[in-house]
Amino acid sequence: MAYSEKLVDHFENPRNVGALDKNDPGVGTGLVGAPACGDVMKLQIKVNAEGIIEDAKFKTFGCGSAIASSSLVTEWVKGKTVDEAATIKNTDIAKHLALPPVKIHCSVLAEDAIKAAIEDYRKKRV
Amino acid sequence: MSTATIKPPANDRANAPRRPVYLDYQATTPMDPRVLEAMMPYFTEKFGNPHSRNHEYGWEAEEGVEKARAQIAELIAADEREIVFTSGATESNNLAIAGVAHFYKDQRDHIVTLVTEHKCVLDTCRHLEQEGFKVTYLPVKPDGLVDLAELDRAITDRTVLVSIMAANNEIGVIQPLAQIGALCRAKGAFFHTDCAQAYGKIPLDVDAMKIDLMSISGHKIYGPKGIGALFVRRKPRVRLQALIHGGGQERGMRSGTLPTPLCVGLGRAAEIAKNEMATESARLLKLRERFLKTVNEKLPEVFLNGDLSNRLPGNLNLSFAYVEGEGLMMGIKDLCVSSGSACTSASLEPSYVLRALGVEEELAHTSLRIGFGRFTTEAEVDYAAERIVQAVSKLRSMSPLWEMAQEGIDIKSIQWAAH
Repeated sequence: MAYSEKLVDHFENPRNVGALDKNDPGVGTGLVGAPACGDVMKLQIKVNAEGIIEDAKFKTFGCGSAIASSSLVTEWVKGKTVDEAATIKNTDIAKHLALPPVKIHCSVLAEDAIKAAIEDYRKKRV
Repeated sequence: MSTATIKPPANDRANAPRRPVYLDYQATTPMDPRVLEAMMPYFTEKFGNPHSRNHEYGWEAEEGVEKARAQIAELIAADEREIVFTSGATESNNLAIAGVAHFYKDQRDHIVTLVTEHKCVLDTCRHLEQEGFKVTYLPVKPDGLVDLAELDRAITDRTVLVSIMAANNEIGVIQPLAQIGALCRAKGAFFHTDCAQAYGKIPLDVDAMKIDLMSISGHKIYGPKGIGALFVRRKPRVRLQALIHGGGQERGMRSGTLPTPLCVGLGRAAEIAKNEMATESARLLKLRERFLKTVNEKLPEVFLNGDLSNRLPGNLNLSFAYVEGEGLMMGIKDLCVSSGSACTSASLEPSYVLRALGVEEELAHTSLRIGFGRFTTEAEVDYAAERIVQAVSKLRSMSPLWEMAQEGIDIKSIQWAAH
C-alpha cells in the first residue's frame, strides 16, 4: 500500500503539533476516537475577538493516515471563521491526502475533531 | 528529532541501492544460497519425474527426493517413511486435522486446540464443526502457554486429536510439547503440532515428545516457498483420509507429482538447520538481548508480550505504550517488522493472539513483532533499536495519550466514544 506524497509529508513533518491552554476561554478542545480502536485525536483551536481561528494544535495517537489527517486540518482551519471551519468535510480531507478506502475513517475522525473543538469553544461562549 | 545521528548499517554490496533492514523472519526467510545451489540441477538437468520408475531421469529425481525426505526426518528423529511432502504448512495442517478427523469419525468426534493457533488450524476446525465435529478452543495463560491441567480436563474419550502449535507465529512462545504428548498418549488421542515456526529452530524429537503428526514449512527455515511436509507416525500408526486425490503418491496421503527441486531444497534447508541450530540459536539470543537492552534503557513503558524464557530465540513482540503500531511502522519505514495493530487489516480488530493473552486492546494496538534470523547482523540490530527508540520518542511527543499519562490522567477514567 503506497501512500501519497502529501500524506507522507504530513506524517514526517507534522504541522502544529502541541497543546493550547484548554482553560483559555478562546480555546476550544476536541478529543475524539478511542484507544481501544487504535486512534485518538486531540484538536484545539484558538479563536480571536473577530471570530477567526488564529491558531490550531493537535496531538494524535494513531496510524500515519490519522496523524496526517489531523495535521492537515490544523492547517486548513487556521485563518477561517468558526462557521467556515465547521464546513470542512471528511471527503475533502480524504481526497487531498489520497487516503486508501480502509483509511477513510481517519478523515471522518478529523472532521469529528474539528466539530468537537468548535462545540467546546461555543459552549464556553454562552 | 533528526535522523542524522543514526547511521544505517553498511550494505554488503558496494553501490547497491539501500534496502530496508529485514526483521520479519517469522513471516518468511530468504533462501540460503546453499539451498539454492542444491536445488539448481533439479530444474534443468535432473528434471525427471521422481515417480517415473523405468528410466534414469526418473531414478535420479527420485534419489534427490528420497535423500531430502531422510534429511527432513533426521531433524526430528523420525523415519523417512513418515514424511509426506505437501505444498506448505497450511496444507499440512489441513491434512493432519481434517484427515485424522474424517478417518476416525465413527470412533471419535472431538478435537482440542488453542485459541492462539494459526488461522489455518482454527479455520480447519471451524469447517469440521460445520460437519458436526466438536471442537474445544482452550484459552492460554497470560504468558501464552497452555494450562496443562485445563488441557487434561478437556481431553475425553471422544477426543480424536489434540492440535497445539510448537511455537507461536506472533509471540514465539514454545509450548511444553513433551508434557502435551504424554497427556495425549495416556488418553488415546493423537497429538498434532504445527511446527511451521519451530522446526529447524529448536530441538524436536517425535518419540521423546510423543508427537503423532507434525506440520513443517520450507520457507520459514531458509528453504523454498511452496513446499512443506507432514510427519505422520507409523508406530503406533496414524491414518488419514487424503484431501487431494489422484495417482496415489506419498503412500496415498497426498497425490500429485512431487516438485523435485523444492523437495531437495527443503531437505538441504533441514540439514543446514540441524548442523547450525546450536550456534545460530546462541547468536540470535545474544542479538535479542542486545536489542532489548538498548530499548529498555532508552524507553519507558515497553512491554514484552509472551513468555521470554520459553520462546524462539529470534522472536520479540513488544508493546510500545501510547504509540499506535501502524503509525510506528510508518515512522520506521526502513525497518521491516510486523504489527499486532489491526489497522493494517480491514477488520480494525487488534491481534487475536495478543487479546488471548489478556493484553488490553489499547496496548495490543501498540505492538510490533520483531524477528531476527540467520542473516541479521549486529549492526542491523543496533540500527533497528536506535531507530525504534527515536520513532517511539517522536510519536509519544505527538500522542494525546502519552500527554495524559504524563499529567497523571488515567486513560481508563475517560468516556471514550467507540467508533
